[in-house]
Amino acid sequence: MSVTSTSPSDTRPGRTTDPALRGPVARPGSRLLHRMVWLRLSLLLSAPLAWMVLVYVVALAALLITSLWSVDSLSSEIDRSWTLDNFRTLLESEVYRNVTLRTLGVAAAVTVVDVAIALPIAFYMAKVASPRARRMLVVAVLTPLWASYLVKVFSWRVVLSEGGLAEWTGLGSPGYGLTAVVITQAYIWLPYVILPIFAALERVPDSLLEAAGDLGAPTGMVLRSVVLPLLVPGIVAGAIFSFSLTMGDYITVNIVGGASQMLGNLVFINAGAANNLPLAAAIAMIPIVVMLVLLSAIRRTGALDNL
Amino acid sequence: MTLSPLSRRVLAGLTFGVLALIYLPLLVVVANSVNPSQSMTWPPDGVTLEWWRRAAHSAGARDALVTSLQVAVIATLLALVLGTLLALALQRYSFFGKNSVNLLVILPIALPGVVTGIALNNGFKGILGVDLSIWTIVVAHATFCIVTVFNNVQARLRRLGTSLEEASADLGAGVFTTFRLVTLPQLRSALLAGGMLAFALSFDEIIVTTFTAGNGATTLPIWILNNMFRPNQAPVVNVVAVVLIVFSILPVWLAQRLSSDVEAAR
Repeated sequence: MSVTSTSPSDTRPGRTTDPALRGPVARPGSRLLHRMVWLRLSLLLSAPLAWMVLVYVVALAALLITSLWSVDSLSSEIDRSWTLDNFRTLLESEVYRNVTLRTLGVAAAVTVVDVAIALPIAFYMAKVASPRARRMLVVAVLTPLWASYLVKVFSWRVVLSEGGLAEWTGLGSPGYGLTAVVITQAYIWLPYVILPIFAALERVPDSLLEAAGDLGAPTGMVLRSVVLPLLVPGIVAGAIFSFSLTMGDYITVNIVGGASQMLGNLVFINAGAANNLPLAAAIAMIPIVVMLVLLSAIRRTGALDNL
Repeated sequence: MTLSPLSRRVLAGLTFGVLALIYLPLLVVVANSVNPSQSMTWPPDGVTLEWWRRAAHSAGARDALVTSLQVAVIATLLALVLGTLLALALQRYSFFGKNSVNLLVILPIALPGVVTGIALNNGFKGILGVDLSIWTIVVAHATFCIVTVFNNVQARLRRLGTSLEEASADLGAGVFTTFRLVTLPQLRSALLAGGMLAFALSFDEIIVTTFTAGNGATTLPIWILNNMFRPNQAPVVNVVAVVLIVFSILPVWLAQRLSSDVEAAR
């Protein structure tokens, strides 16, 4: 492992490296740390890295192994001999294919709705509203983010259910189903999409937009060829949030979705009531693979730094 | 670029329209918390404070609140320490495998909650053989809270640069003295912002919690989920929801004050 300090100080000419000249404050241990970059780095890294590896990487690896086991149908004990049966079931059964497609469809729909709503709002907040109004708008967008997730799902159930507000206003109730799921999810994750886009827009200097306008670019062109490319990391970061959060949610689906299940529900049911942990683990591999493919695809856009 | 007055008005209308839509469901919950009818139909039948009285005496809600606060505080403290260490390491040094470490930190929030939940559930029960309890919730929450602290501290470190720390070292301060007297004070508001986000994330988390709590402990979201569909408890859940909405204004206001302080100081 090669270790270099990114701080330019160590190579700067005229810098005192003689410990005797460094004054009386630094103790021996501190002096050692100052000289040995790798020691400083490994002290910084060891605790968090150990935590992440021991808790998370090991758990993910164990999940993969569990997905290769099976459950004995008679004793309902876990049979630890390796088999690809679970994955065969996932591939061959139409149920899993449909649920996967439905989950991806709902996640994509929620993401598209959220980005479409977030773009104009973030633009208004960052570039049109006065600084005072901007601060109030940020608070207004953020407050529901802090209000409990369950409260929000619950309130949409109250609004959308029969005899609820939606029916009372004459809009009609969509009832329990995928429409209600998309509406509720889009609502809940909207702040997570607005914020990174807003942050990206705030970093676009106004002078850049003025310069483009002065050079004769019509508004639409400025938005398309100056603003939008600069927003891509923010949009992608927001999209990753809403997509992943939707894909992994099963509680909203339970509360407003009725019988239409998503991958999360199947994982939850198989891990709990159905007592088939290996199958649940195999199902969980689907969103893992989807997210890993997405993450590696967007790595180049720099969006990961915006999460 | 000049926006026509019309497009400005359209944008403003859109923004405030969506904001109204954002607050509408929350207002419905508030209205229902004083609605005498248990079935939560619209419009409300009248006004009553009965549910508020019942909620104030609900031992289940109170215990769950205490559990949630305990979990959130411990998970936040763990995340603060681990996230800050990681941010210092990744922002100030370059080393082999840096990108992988970066990805590893993001993974617990980038992967869907149900995946994190079942992986940790399987890890605790299958590998370690520990019973699910308040401590397994704490470990799970700390794992995905690290990234919020990490992000805030890293962004701050990027802006700060290293000149003050170098000056401190040149003047003879040791590594620890420099950290305590120079680096840490500059990170204070970033730590507070990251810590508050981590606290909120933990306090509100339900999906990972259902997998890592088992029957060992009941956090407030789990209590809400369990009582939401019990006819004579649902109105009490409404009241708890209103209290949560009201208290959610506090951290937002605080965070806003903090960030404006930062802007003023810059």
